[in-house]
Amino acid sequence: MAAVTRVKGQRRVGMTGDEAVAYAVKQADVDVVAAYPITPQTIIVERLAEYVNNGELNAAFIPVESEHSALSTCVGASLAGARVFTATASQGLALMYEILWIASSMRTTIVMALANRALSAPINIHCSHDDAYAARDTGWIQFFAENVQEAYDLTIQAFKIAEDKRVLLPTIINLDGFILSHSLEGLYVLSDDDVRKFLPPKEPVNPIDVERPMTYGPLALYDYYYEFKRAQAEAMKNSYPVILEVFKEYERISGRRYAPVKEYGMEDAEVAMVILGSSAGTARYVARRMRERGEKVGVLSLTLYRPFPEKEIVERLRGVKAAIIMDRSYSFGSPGAQLFMDIAAALYNEGERPLLINAIYGLGGRDLTPDQVEAAFRAAFEAAKTGVVKERELWLGVR
Amino acid sequence: MAGQVKSIKEIPREELFAPGHRLCAGCGIPPLVRIVLKAVPGPKVVVTATGCLEVATTIFPYTSWRVPWVHNAFENAAATASGIEAAFRILEKKRGIKRPKIIVFGGDGGTFDIGLQALSGALERGHDMIYICYDNEAYMNTGIQRSGATPRGAATTTSPAGRVIPGKMERKKDLLGIAIAHGVRYAATLNPAFPVDMYNKIVKAASVEGPTVLHYLCPCPTGWRFDPSRTIEVARLAVMTRMWPLYEYEDGRYRITVMVKKPRPIEDYIKLQGRFRHLLQPENKWVLDQLRRDVEEFWERLVRLASASE
Repeated sequence: MAAVTRVKGQRRVGMTGDEAVAYAVKQADVDVVAAYPITPQTIIVERLAEYVNNGELNAAFIPVESEHSALSTCVGASLAGARVFTATASQGLALMYEILWIASSMRTTIVMALANRALSAPINIHCSHDDAYAARDTGWIQFFAENVQEAYDLTIQAFKIAEDKRVLLPTIINLDGFILSHSLEGLYVLSDDDVRKFLPPKEPVNPIDVERPMTYGPLALYDYYYEFKRAQAEAMKNSYPVILEVFKEYERISGRRYAPVKEYGMEDAEVAMVILGSSAGTARYVARRMRERGEKVGVLSLTLYRPFPEKEIVERLRGVKAAIIMDRSYSFGSPGAQLFMDIAAALYNEGERPLLINAIYGLGGRDLTPDQVEAAFRAAFEAAKTGVVKERELWLGVR
Repeated sequence: MAGQVKSIKEIPREELFAPGHRLCAGCGIPPLVRIVLKAVPGPKVVVTATGCLEVATTIFPYTSWRVPWVHNAFENAAATASGIEAAFRILEKKRGIKRPKIIVFGGDGGTFDIGLQALSGALERGHDMIYICYDNEAYMNTGIQRSGATPRGAATTTSPAGRVIPGKMERKKDLLGIAIAHGVRYAATLNPAFPVDMYNKIVKAASVEGPTVLHYLCPCPTGWRFDPSRTIEVARLAVMTRMWPLYEYEDGRYRITVMVKKPRPIEDYIKLQGRFRHLLQPENKWVLDQLRRDVEEFWERLVRLASASE
């Protein structure tokens, strides 16, 4: 996100990430919200329930009896033609897992806020990216917010992207649990009018219509299932240019520029760090200090996670000698954690590519300190110097 | 009540459930679906849980449904229907889209077991829907595994009639008891051998604003192991032996709609079905006696409830 600029009609307010998401959903004039209270996203739906009960939002708020039913209810409502929102986190997302696949394959346009937190056991409730990664193969578009402003902006944009006739895919906005969901930050919010102009009421494609009866969710065996999946793969690919288009249109009304990947110091970086979510700020802070000392480090942070902005990442890592890929999660028994595997795969066919180190950090909400970030950069410099990765997997700050 | 019929001849002829589906010969599901789609007036949307009805009627690119039809997963038909109902309710207010009646079909697995939580939530929240369980008393679509609806003594692939354990040892859940405990205004049992009783109960359910639950005995020649030409006979015997009492619950009052004054022995019902055959062997008499007690107890309870309602 570029520097926040004040555009006419915007208000500067203080909100937590949860409140900002709820405010964005209200401004999106959502029709149906179905959710189950699972912390740390609970405040989002509490606020929405208040908006509905106080007559500020004309929507059906459905307090369902589980996360599984929350998403199932959203699927039904989206097929009926409604603009639909839900929010969840970790265990709730895990319970929704079966329906995540159905929601995307049935081409619903549900928008979900995912306040990222660690999956049990041990039960934890604080931030990890396990839940987002668990959803990565399910056919949902995924964004990561770095701060409260982004959580707000991405929520509004998510509806426009999901509901675009060229896309029709459900969309997740990730915001780091507690770190963003519960932190009060200053942000600019658009006027209701500007949001309404940017995001008119949903024009559903083939909604449930008694005048035009259709069968939704049929059985398709080996003679058709394959083609359904191929069509879905195309939809995900096609979403990419639409996302860029929506980012541009949003910049015009907000003055805030969004891109799939944000970069700092990459123009001449010898070593780079790739990271998701709120810790990108810490990485940039350390990079700035190191660059002041003449050390050529850069930071790439992903706003868009699915579809994976492969080209942008490959281009920006060209010329980098060693890159450190930061994962706030672990993939047991895999050749690296999730973001690491994505980036290694993206780079594999490149003739010139950096050495890669995978740093695990911050699991279960542990703070990522500047010292840890610097140590990770040092390991990358060492690899760049020797041409050898001594330890491919680092666990930053683990006891 | 308006819309009710006195004879089968008065039931509308229009068919919203097309032929050519792949349900088994003698399956109890089509008579239910056809009558439901005739009895529920006006615009309607059908939601179906994963199960026989879903897989046999919507094999892509074909469909038997001449009304909007939605399938999501096994355990969430009631939740999916909740979303559709709530969406139409708000879209009616915001955009003037006419709200259809929501009809849900779930099998006994999708209702008694894996879908019970979603059903409970939907009933508690009071969504306007007719929830219909077609109960063939086991997981027939997946290969005849026992469910919470399988009657005591019945043999299934996961409750086989073994030498030590002869079939399912537990009694059937009381689904309508559970539904009624949620405060639904109307609930009733249905049986394909009594189409007029069935039709009129569906008409009543459709006239209620809010959730109603209907429980249909769905004979399954494949899983129960009887001749497919005898579906209606088996269904009728279930009523005449009091194995399947036909009753309704309406705003606090119970009424037995087909009074069975002199019941036939339950052996008349079970001897037609392979799933119960082992109960007729002398060493398994104790299971048969237990099943008989289950049937007597439930009937007596129903008679008490019905007479208390008078």
